[in-house]
Amino acid sequence: MELLYAITTGVLSASGLYLTLRGRTFPVVVGLTLLSYAVNLFLFSMGGLTSNAPAIIGDSSHYSDPLPQALVLTAIVIGFAMTAFAVILAMRARGDMGNDHVDGRKAEDRGERR
Amino acid sequence: MTLLWIPMLTLLGVLVPALTAQRGRPICTLATAALPTLALILTLAQFPAIADGEYPRVALEWMPQLGLDLAFRLDGLSLLFNILILGIGLLILLYAHYYLDKSESHGRFYAYLILFMASMVGIVMADNLLVLWVFWEMTSLSSFLLIGFWSHRSEARKGARMAMTVTGAGGLALLAGFLLLGDIVGSFDMQTVLDSADLILADPRYPLVLILVLLGAFTKSAQFPFHFWLPHAMAAPTPVSAYLHSATMVKAGIFLMARLHPALAGSELWTALVAVIGITTMVYAAWFALVESDLKGILAFSTVSHLGLITVLLGIGSPMAVLAALFHILNHATFKAALFMCSGIIDHEAGTRDLSRLGKLAKAMPITCLVMSIAGAAMAGFPLFNGFLSKEMFFESTLHTQALGGLSLILPVLATIGGALSVGYSVRLVHAVFFAEPRHAPPKHPHEPPRLMRAPAELLAALCVAIGLFPALMATWLLAPAVEAVLQAPLEFHLAIWHGFNLPLAMSGAAAAAGITAYVLHRYIRRFIRDFPSRNANLIFEGTVQYISDKAEVVTEFFDNGSLQRFMALLIGTALLMGAIGLFQVETLTGPKGNQPLDGVLILGAVLLIFTGIGTAVTHRQRLLSLIMLSVVGLIVSLTFARFSAPDLALTQLSVEVVTMILLMLALFFLPQKTPRESSPGRSLRDVIMCSGLGVVIAALNYAVLTRDTSTISSFFLENSVPGGGGHNVVNVILVDFRGFDTLGEITVLAIAGLAILKLLNRLRLFMPHSDSDGRIWCPDRYPMILTTVSQPVLPLALLVSVFIFLRGHNLPGGGFIAGLITAVGLILVYMARGVDWTQQRLAFPYQPIAILGVGIATLTGFGSWLFGYPFLTSSYDHFHIPLIGDLELATALLFDLGVYLAVVGATLMILANLGKVTTSHRPSKDDSTPIPSGLHRTDVIDAANPKPDAKETV
Repeated sequence: MELLYAITTGVLSASGLYLTLRGRTFPVVVGLTLLSYAVNLFLFSMGGLTSNAPAIIGDSSHYSDPLPQALVLTAIVIGFAMTAFAVILAMRARGDMGNDHVDGRKAEDRGERR
Repeated sequence: MTLLWIPMLTLLGVLVPALTAQRGRPICTLATAALPTLALILTLAQFPAIADGEYPRVALEWMPQLGLDLAFRLDGLSLLFNILILGIGLLILLYAHYYLDKSESHGRFYAYLILFMASMVGIVMADNLLVLWVFWEMTSLSSFLLIGFWSHRSEARKGARMAMTVTGAGGLALLAGFLLLGDIVGSFDMQTVLDSADLILADPRYPLVLILVLLGAFTKSAQFPFHFWLPHAMAAPTPVSAYLHSATMVKAGIFLMARLHPALAGSELWTALVAVIGITTMVYAAWFALVESDLKGILAFSTVSHLGLITVLLGIGSPMAVLAALFHILNHATFKAALFMCSGIIDHEAGTRDLSRLGKLAKAMPITCLVMSIAGAAMAGFPLFNGFLSKEMFFESTLHTQALGGLSLILPVLATIGGALSVGYSVRLVHAVFFAEPRHAPPKHPHEPPRLMRAPAELLAALCVAIGLFPALMATWLLAPAVEAVLQAPLEFHLAIWHGFNLPLAMSGAAAAAGITAYVLHRYIRRFIRDFPSRNANLIFEGTVQYISDKAEVVTEFFDNGSLQRFMALLIGTALLMGAIGLFQVETLTGPKGNQPLDGVLILGAVLLIFTGIGTAVTHRQRLLSLIMLSVVGLIVSLTFARFSAPDLALTQLSVEVVTMILLMLALFFLPQKTPRESSPGRSLRDVIMCSGLGVVIAALNYAVLTRDTSTISSFFLENSVPGGGGHNVVNVILVDFRGFDTLGEITVLAIAGLAILKLLNRLRLFMPHSDSDGRIWCPDRYPMILTTVSQPVLPLALLVSVFIFLRGHNLPGGGFIAGLITAVGLILVYMARGVDWTQQRLAFPYQPIAILGVGIATLTGFGSWLFGYPFLTSSYDHFHIPLIGDLELATALLFDLGVYLAVVGATLMILANLGKVTTSHRPSKDDSTPIPSGLHRTDVIDAANPKPDAKETV
């Protein structure tokens, strides 16, 4: 189970990273989102993989580690804020630069037709 | 405590000119002078105590962990310097009052000047090495401001920058030296350091300490080879030059050597380094002073030369030499300040400082001529003036030292040569300006300056004569405690003008004769040196600076050439390398815990995740498809959280997933639908290999951690959640209670992100296609019946669920975050189904205040615990139970969570609803990349984006 989990995390990270290396804004935003999923899974697993033992006092005798969960919960919401900011920035860049390339140069400077 | 007032009053004085600048210059000058005068009086009031051999001191704890106390002392050395700094500073203030042009900002000038004065006072009074260093750096900064005061002049800017660079670099060396010194001694306290000479000298790091400290001193005091900044600093207004280069800035280095003399001087290395550098500087700079033709240039080089003289004396280090050094500090300050002031008067009244255009001014400016002649004679070291006495003592000291072993004879020889050059340039300075025939006429008709502008120089010249005639009376009282402070023991001495016919007198005679000859033969000397290639230190310096910044740019360009892809690739490559190195050192990847058994659902989930994860990357050119793949990833991630006992995470992930997808769909509408094929196959392959590599590293790391036992601090939270936080859902208790401060920070970030997005959407130029990438126009049905119908009952249901989730959050999965997201999703659904116009009419409240209100409530909840005397956001569980209201513990936790809820709702809707509103002034156009302004009818993005799946966009 742990091995499969780790492989999944690795695959998601690799896919996300590959997308962040693309030259257009939208794939990069998608890649960042994917990467944040992978990172959240990674961080979450730092408390160990526990089945059927949510950290709610009184439900069972042992509990999953609540601390990584609390950290990841905030990370998910912050990740949303980051994705939103990045994608709106991408829209703005397209509006101001005339293209959706990540380097933020104007279309004329890039030698392209707008 | 009066002691503390001396530096503090001076420092406070910086504000005075700023406050009084508007009231006219006379008032401003008087007001500015008040506080330094008071500081001077306070200093003098301490004199009786100091004369009795004590030194008053005061220390306030500042950062005791670092050994940093705000400690000041006033011993004889500080007293001597304080009198020079404050006394001459006040004279300079008066002088500057007349010197500055009417149009120039005297307030700013005075403020810089007083800041500089305060920094100098801080240096000389500091009783802690680190405090000394702080003030040392302050002089670098304030002198930068002063030298660059005429910032419209290129030479002033360059001169200021050069002074700043050289003295600033020296300051860093000094800091390193001080830190080492503190490490050796075990304290930064001045007296402890001064008393630890044996310890310091025996330490193997002593040579390093010495060199670092001397680097600081030599750069500040413009010693060879760092002398070059000083002549360029002459671009400053003359009052600045008169102040910085007579009594203060350049004397700081000298002061440092004198101050640390007891601790550092007792070695041959000290003598050799300091004496050799000093004598080199003295002769070298004197030569340039002789051949310079700018009035202030001569004074600048002569200053460097005389600083060299004092340095030699400190290098020799015998009691008599130290006395001579301190005496010359005093004498040099008096005559050099007077000379600078006179040169400023001449510049002011004749309009030039070029010696070839000056001459025969004695008739037009008789009193200035007299003052400058006296000061010049003192600089030359003619008898009956103060310079003579210290110069004789200097010659004497060079004769009696064995500092350089068998080569010691070279010192008196070079000293005599330096003395001769000094006579030469002093005579030239006075003769060429006042008596010789000018080669060209000056630009202005010269005349005497205002009475009071001359007064400071007259006073200083009078002092030159008075000290020269009655040294025992005028100077002994001041020098005796100063010498005692440097030598750490009292010294019996007698200053007299006549010591009989002896070797030093002969040296003076020879120097005077040679110097006058040199001036007579000046024309030939100038002709002789004309054949040498001239080197402008400024060009070399600027060239070096340019070279370094060019090289730095090349390096920066390699890492960050503006290409995000390059930057990311370097980042990923570095992470891969570092991670791989770390993993390489792990002996076995699988830890002792091993694997838990698998089941079919887990395998299915993992396969789906892997498939859609890779799919997102592979299909990235068809953006909609990629996005759908991503949404599947997000859903399975939330199921994963649910599977591994994290219901809160699963709920959060699920609701964030919905919001994120709506957002990305919306955004995709405004961006190209497809990505062109740009990367070369090689590039793609490189990226695949690199990312796979890092993926393997991450997987290995994750696996390694998962199969090992980890120690955790979570047992604390599990144990204290119910008794301490009053909630059974530990995750929620951590969020709103244990780590509430983190959560507060996080919702603040969320609100700020929302505001930033609002700003980005402001006046956004949009590109909107009227059809999909295959040319099919969007579905004309803007508000589909089913969606409209469904959304109607969903909103109240969503709100109800929110309330439920919110209220139970403290004890069961749920809480403010999740409730907020569910509310947001419900509202967004209405926007999508009905359009912005329809929704705005019914939900007419702005979202920014909601988000800010949320952050505000959470913050106030935190402050609330202050009212009860507990730290910010303290759990208030068992602190107060009020009847009627009931269990208030639950109320405060809920209140904080309410803040979280409002912040999440506000921020999410601020982002999405505002994105929906921006489209109303643009019509979708045919060409994907050409916007057509002025829309024909209002559309909402959400309306336009919504039918997209219906339009069967092929991807």
